[in-house]
Amino acid sequence: MALPLAFVWTEFAQQVTSGLAAGAIYASLALALVLIYQTTNVVNFAQGEMATFTTYVAWSMMHHGLGYWPAFVLTLLIAFGAGVTVERVLIRPVEHRPEIVIVILTIGMFIAINGLVGWIFGPEVKAFDSPFPNRSVVVGGVSISVQDIGTFGVCLGTVVALWLFFRLTTLGLAMRAVAFNPGASRLMGVRVGWMLALGWGFAAVLGAIAGMMAAPTVFLDPDMMLVVLIYAFAAAVLGGIDSPVGAVVGGLLIGVVINLLGAYVNFVGQELRLPTALAVLLVVLVIRPSGLFGRVVVRKV
Amino acid sequence: MRRALTPALQGLVLAGAVLVIVLLPRFTSEFRLGQFTYVGIYFVALLGLNILTGYNGQITLGHAAFMAIGGYTAALLILGRSGFELLGQQASHVLPQHGMRAIFTIPIAGLVTGVIGCLFGIPALRLAGVSLALATLAVSVSLPAVAKRFEHLTGGGGGLSLPLPHAPFGWHVSSPHWLYYEAWVCAGILFVVAWLLVRGRVGRAWRAIRDGEVAAVSSGVSPAVYKTLAFGISAAYAGVAGALFAIQVSYINPDTFPVTLSLLLLASVVIGGLSSLSGVIVGALVLEFLPIYAQAPPILHLQFAKEAGPVVFGITLILIVLLIPGGAASLVGRITRPVTNRAKSGSAPPSHDDFAR
Repeated sequence: MALPLAFVWTEFAQQVTSGLAAGAIYASLALALVLIYQTTNVVNFAQGEMATFTTYVAWSMMHHGLGYWPAFVLTLLIAFGAGVTVERVLIRPVEHRPEIVIVILTIGMFIAINGLVGWIFGPEVKAFDSPFPNRSVVVGGVSISVQDIGTFGVCLGTVVALWLFFRLTTLGLAMRAVAFNPGASRLMGVRVGWMLALGWGFAAVLGAIAGMMAAPTVFLDPDMMLVVLIYAFAAAVLGGIDSPVGAVVGGLLIGVVINLLGAYVNFVGQELRLPTALAVLLVVLVIRPSGLFGRVVVRKV
Repeated sequence: MRRALTPALQGLVLAGAVLVIVLLPRFTSEFRLGQFTYVGIYFVALLGLNILTGYNGQITLGHAAFMAIGGYTAALLILGRSGFELLGQQASHVLPQHGMRAIFTIPIAGLVTGVIGCLFGIPALRLAGVSLALATLAVSVSLPAVAKRFEHLTGGGGGLSLPLPHAPFGWHVSSPHWLYYEAWVCAGILFVVAWLLVRGRVGRAWRAIRDGEVAAVSSGVSPAVYKTLAFGISAAYAGVAGALFAIQVSYINPDTFPVTLSLLLLASVVIGGLSSLSGVIVGALVLEFLPIYAQAPPILHLQFAKEAGPVVFGITLILIVLLIPGGAASLVGRITRPVTNRAKSGSAPPSHDDFAR
């Protein structure tokens, strides 16, 4: 585990900023997982594959001549519809069955969507356009790529918009109420079923954003979100699987830490980044299962 | 445990299955025989997975990783240091000087993987349900990266080529036939072991923990011991399956046991039927043949892309979960129940195995 001989401050700052950009993507997907976990108490293993699918849809629209931002918005709408549909059609019937059943169902979705993407769009790797110019700006001797700034901005902007939605609108309040206590919300006249479906819709939108932001760097292939999903899981677990703030902080932390370890610890390098994230995941799960920000659940006997 | 069939009928079905397995090589081509060898290998892996997920209720998405550990153990022992150097690679000193006969590496692979499984089972004790699924999925996703990183032991991305398998002790059996018998003898032994475990004291403890950990503790069953045991045994089964797999294809690399295999293994167990040993054979057949027939459906004379396999697989899994929660094994019960009910009068007693329904 040799540290490099010379420690250059600007290079360190550069690693941190690119880690933040990657972390913002993990944070989006982690937030999607938390959103679904909060409302339906399910960890959606198909979240990454749903994101992959919508990213391919965006690619296909751009391939047929649509501009980036129109395609972006249309994709988000499609993702929202798809998320709502999945909840209504597939998750609803198993709502009250044991956790293991719902997990297996999302794994079935994972397998099917992963295959479907390869079937429709072909297994070969595709390039995905970035909306941001391919150059860097220099801030205080640190050069930051515009791509990273844009990614960070879009992801964090979405998170803030979602937060405002939950805080300021009646619909957001209803959704928070359902997550807090579905039974009481139903008695107060909240349509619980539709709130859950909306939760899935928003999660799918977050996933679609994560996918479209990740695609320019990881390229399009059917397994593109698998690694991102693991990082997002690690982020969600680190922050606490029931805490939206935790998911965002966890995502950014994972992005920065993994990037720094990869750059400065020779043993980790490029290849062992993922196993390192796994180690983080395991350590957190064993030592502090509720994560940094999560509620500690006391089991009553 | 609800019995769908009477013990005598069960014995008859089992005898029939054994007869089919023994006689099959006489009636099929060597190509088909290869496919049925894979069925045997998957059968072993699924038995282990069903012990862990079906009987003990611990969900794992990392079974392919344990298969990989077994496969690599077997491959390294078969090659030995001398074989490794023949491949033009620097051999690690952990290895014995000379390679072993393939068949002897199978139990060793099972033991090694079993011990590693027990070790992994200890942190897994703190994880329940979804957390365990997450952790094991992460193991399965990162294993190829780890295998590529430790190139001096695994041959890296290029993988390890093994000598072509042939029957030992000068037996005059062609190599596909030999591999078929090897896989199915292992499968037969491990089936009996699984059956003895599941029907006895250990199996009762596993099910008790699955159905209510607090109640199990109150009855003097230690979840720590039995959960770790389930993990270890399940991993050992996966290790044997991985070794058989590596010997069958006489090659192994980090992508031989991908994450998708982990997912498909779990899917197959559910399709066959959780906590049903007879469902495992259905699961193994589905795992081998469903992708093949999905790609080229018989009778219809159509040809689809390779990806049609996973699509049909995933949809089948979703439909099973939604419509037939007990899996294929429960269908037998559904068909025969009215008859046996009429014979014995009265409805079936409440089943302990309804946890997934």
